[in-house]
Amino acid sequence: MSQLMSNPVQQAVTWLNDPLNWTNPGGILDRLGEHIALSAGAVALACLVAWPVGLWLGHRGSGGSAIVVLSNVTLAIPVLATLTILPLTAVGFGRPAVIMALAIFAVPPLLATAYTGVREVDPQTREAAVGMGLSGGQLLRRVELPLAVPYLAAGFRTASVQVVATVTLAVFVNGGGLGTIIGAGFGLGMATGGGQILAGGLLVAVLALLVEGGLAVAQRLLTPRAMRRAGRATAPT
Amino acid sequence: MPSLRAAQPGNPWFSRRYLENNPDQILAALTEHVTLTGQSVLIATALGIPLAVMAYWFRPLTGPILAAAGVLYTIPALAVFAFIAPYLGVGAGTVVVPLVLYALLVIIRNTLTGLLQVPAEVRDAARGMGYGRLAQLLRIDLPLAVPGILTGLRLATVATVAMTTIGVVVGHGGLGELILGGFRSNFFRAEILTGALLCVALALVLDLLLLAGGWLLTPWARRRAAAA
Repeated sequence: MSQLMSNPVQQAVTWLNDPLNWTNPGGILDRLGEHIALSAGAVALACLVAWPVGLWLGHRGSGGSAIVVLSNVTLAIPVLATLTILPLTAVGFGRPAVIMALAIFAVPPLLATAYTGVREVDPQTREAAVGMGLSGGQLLRRVELPLAVPYLAAGFRTASVQVVATVTLAVFVNGGGLGTIIGAGFGLGMATGGGQILAGGLLVAVLALLVEGGLAVAQRLLTPRAMRRAGRATAPT
Repeated sequence: MPSLRAAQPGNPWFSRRYLENNPDQILAALTEHVTLTGQSVLIATALGIPLAVMAYWFRPLTGPILAAAGVLYTIPALAVFAFIAPYLGVGAGTVVVPLVLYALLVIIRNTLTGLLQVPAEVRDAARGMGYGRLAQLLRIDLPLAVPGILTGLRLATVATVAMTTIGVVVGHGGLGELILGGFRSNFFRAEILTGALLCVALALVLDLLLLAGGWLLTPWARRRAAAA
C-alpha cells in the first residue's frame, strides 16, 4: 500500500484499469456522457445567439468595437461566478443553469468570427451581387454567409474547445461531467485519491485534445483550398 | 438579471452587514488573489518574453514553440491541477503552475507579433549602424514591440485574475474562496456576489494600470497621437 501511495501514476493506471470505474453509475462513461451533453448544449445555445447577431452586424458593418468590448468584459468574469450565480436567479438549479453559465463564454469568439467572416467578403463581390439585383437579405444568405463559413468554422472550433475545457468546472456546483472524477479524488485526499485525480485529469485532457484535433480536421474540410491560409479565429481589430 | 432585485429578503445579493462583519476574510481573499495573479503573470512574463525572442531569432523554432504552448493552452486548467497536485500537494504553488502555463501562450504569441511588426527598414538601419544582435534586441526590437508585449500582458493578466478562482480546488482560490464558500454555505448571495464583483473590479484595475504603464513606456507613440 505504501508503495502505491508513493506513486500516483501507478495508482491512476490501476484506477483506469478497473472496469467498474468505467461502467458503474457515476462512472467514467456516465460522466463522459454528461460532459458531452453539457458541452453540446452550451455550444449550441451560444451559436444560436451569436451567429445571427454576428452575421447581421457584419452585414450592416457596425458594432465591431462593441464585440471587442464584450470579449474583454467576459474575459474578466470568472466561470465560477456565472456557475454559482445563475442557479440562484430565476433560471433555477439544474442543467439549464450550467449550460447558460458556460454558453456566456462561448459567445464572444463565435460573435467575433461571424462578424469578421462577413466583413472580410471582397467588396467587389458584394457590389457584383448588388448589381445582379440581390436584396440585402439575399446578399447575406447567398453571398456573405457561404463566404463566411470558414470563419464560422474557426470560431466554432475555438468556442467548442474552450467549452469542453470549462465544463470541467461544473463539478464545483455538482453539475456533473468529467470534472466530477477529479473533484471526488480531491475529496478523498491526496493519499488515497491521488491516482483518481490524475486519471480524471488525463481523461479531461485527452477529450479536449481530441475535440481540438477533430474540429481542426473538420475546419480544414469546410474551408475551400484557396482560403486555407485564413487560419484560426481572431477578434476583429 | 432581473431577479437580482427580486431576491428574498433573508438572502439579499448586496448586504452591507456582510461587508462590515467580514472585512478580514474579504481582505485576506483579495490579498491572496492579487499575490497569486501577480506571481503567475510575472513568472509567465519572465519565461514568455525570452521564448518569444528565441522564436524571433531562430525562425525554425517559431512553429514548435507556438504549437507546444497551444497544446498546453488546450488542456483544461482543472486537468493541470490534477496532474501536479499529487506531486506538489495542495499548496499555493499548485495554483501558480497552471496559471503560468495559460498566461504563457498569450504572452509568447503577442510578444512575437510585436517583434515581427518591427519594420524591416528599421532593422536594416540598426544593423547598418553597427548594432549587434543583443544591442539591437534591447534598444530597437523590444522597445518597438512594447505595444504587442503590453497587449499580451493585459490579456494574460485579465484572464489570470478570472482563472485564479479555480484554485478553490486546492483551497487557494483567492476571491474564488468567497464565491464558492458563499455557494456552499447555504447559497449566501452577498458573499458570492462580493467575490465575483471584486474579481471583475481587480481585473479592470490591473488592466488600467498596465495601460497606463504602456503609455509611460512609449513616449513616441504619445507624441504621434498628439500630432495626429
